[in-house]
Amino acid sequence: MNKVVALTGDQAAAEAMRQIEPDVVAAYPITPQTEIVMNFAQYVADGRVQTEMIPVESEHSAMSACVGAAASGARTMTATSANGLALMWEIVYIAASTRLPIVMPVVNRALSGPINIHCDHSDTMGARDSGWLQVYCENNQEVYENVIMAVKIAEHKDILLPVMVCQDGFITSHAVEGVKPYEDKRVKDFVGEYRIQHSLLDVDRPVTYGPLDLQDYYFEHKRQQAEAVKNSLKVIPHIFAEFKKHFGVEYDFIETYKMDDADIAIIALSSTAGTAKVVVDELRAEGKKAGLLRPRFFRPFPKEMLVQALKGLKAVAIMDRSESFSGRGGPLFAEMRSALLDEADRPLTVNYIYGLGGRDIDTKQIKSVYTDLEKIAAENKVKHLINYLGVRGEK
Amino acid sequence: MKKKGWKEIPIGGLIDKGGTAAEYKTGDWRTFRPVRDEKKCIHCLLCWMYCPDSSILVKDKKMTGFDYEHCKGCGICASICPVKCIKMDKE
Ligand code: SF4
Ligand code: SF4
Repeated sequence: MNKVVALTGDQAAAEAMRQIEPDVVAAYPITPQTEIVMNFAQYVADGRVQTEMIPVESEHSAMSACVGAAASGARTMTATSANGLALMWEIVYIAASTRLPIVMPVVNRALSGPINIHCDHSDTMGARDSGWLQVYCENNQEVYENVIMAVKIAEHKDILLPVMVCQDGFITSHAVEGVKPYEDKRVKDFVGEYRIQHSLLDVDRPVTYGPLDLQDYYFEHKRQQAEAVKNSLKVIPHIFAEFKKHFGVEYDFIETYKMDDADIAIIALSSTAGTAKVVVDELRAEGKKAGLLRPRFFRPFPKEMLVQALKGLKAVAIMDRSESFSGRGGPLFAEMRSALLDEADRPLTVNYIYGLGGRDIDTKQIKSVYTDLEKIAAENKVKHLINYLGVRGEK
Repeated sequence: MKKKGWKEIPIGGLIDKGGTAAEYKTGDWRTFRPVRDEKKCIHCLLCWMYCPDSSILVKDKKMTGFDYEHCKGCGICASICPVKCIKMDKE
C-alpha cells in the first residue's frame, strides 16, 4: 500500500515529475517554484531519472527549449512562477498555438511590481487567454495528482494543449502536508508512453512546425484552438474516470462543499477554499446554510457545472486573488457573472478581491464575507459589488 | 488554390509534409520581373546558384527561364549574371 509521506507542495510536484520521468525538462528556478526544479535536478544528478535536463539561462529560453523538445515528440515539462511566467510570455502563446502538450506546474506568485514573492493569482490569470489549460490545486495531494493527470490531459489526441498546474506560492508550495504518492510503476502505467503523430525530427516524413501564418489561415488555427479547449470539457471526464479506475480517487472540474441545500456560498480557487471549508463547518454548526464552490479548472471553464451548482442559491461571493483593473471585478468574477447571465433564476453575486501579494486570508475575513452574504440574501440587494477584502483604508 | 476550412487543416499550423512551398504561389509579391536575353546567355548557371527562391529553371544543364509563380523579383540573378543578359522589367 502507498504510505503517507511529508511533502511540501513543491516536493509533491517534483515527486510526480520524478515518477512521470519526462524525456525533457527545461527550467529556470524562481521563488517560490525553485524547490520543484531543485529537487528534480537532484533526481537527474542522482541518476534516478533518465530525463534530459536543460538548465537554461532564462524562462524565455526554458519555454523555447520546451517547444523544440515537444515538437520533436519528447514528453516535456517545465515549471515557473510569476515573473518567470511573464518572461516566457511570447513562447507561452506559441506553445499553445503550436498545440504542444507541455505540462508546467506554476507556483502562483504576485506579478511585480512592486516586487513581491508571495502568493496571488496575477501571474496565471494574466495567462488565461494564452490557450493553456489551467488547473488550480487546493492542497499538496492535489498538486501531486493533478501533475500526473495533466500529462494525460495535455497529450490526449483530441486535446493536444499545454497545461498549467497551479498551486499557491508558499501557502501550498512550502507547507508540509501528508501526501500519499502511488508506486512508481502505477504512475508510469497510468501516464503510459507518449507518441507524437508528427515529429520534427522524423527525417523520413518531414514536417514544418511554426510556419508564417497570415491573413489566410491564422484565423482558422485560432478557431481550432477554441474548439480544442471547448472540446476538452468532453474529453477530460474520460481521464478523470481513468484516474479513478487506476488510483481509486475521484476528480471533477469543480468541487462542491455542502452546496446541496445552501442559500449562500463562496466561490474560491486553490488554498483559500480549504480555509473557507472550516468557516462553512462553523456556520453549519450554527444552523446557517452556507456552502463552498471551488472550480478546479479555470480553463476549460466548466460553465455548465458551475451554473448547475449555484441553482437555488440566494447570494454568492466570488473571490478573486488578482485584480484585472477593469473596474468590474477580478477575472473569476467576470467569467462567473457572464456564465450566470443566461440564467433566469440566478443568485445575486458580489466580488471580493483579496490576498494580493500574499496578504493573509483567514477564517475571520471569510466569515465576514458570509455575513455580508446573509445580509445581501435577506435584503435581496447588493450594495457594494466590488470589494477589497483585507486591504487597509477601506470603508 | 481553394482555401480550406478549419476542420480540414492540420492543427497548430503544422505542415504535415515536405515540398509544399511549391504549391504556395508567391510570385505576385513581385514588383520587377527578370527577363533574359536568351542569345546572350552562356549558361554558366550562376543565377541558378544565387537565386534565393529556386526560381531559375534549368533543363539539361541549360538555363531555360524563370518560375514566375515563385520569383520575387529581387534582382540577384540580374546582378550576378556575368554577361548581364538579365534585365528587370517593372510588372
Ligand atoms: S529575381 Fe530573384 S527570385 Fe527572381 S529569379 Fe532572379 S534571383 Fe530568383
Ligand atoms: S547567370 Fe546569366 S549567363 Fe549565367 S545562366 Fe544565368 S542568365 Fe545565363
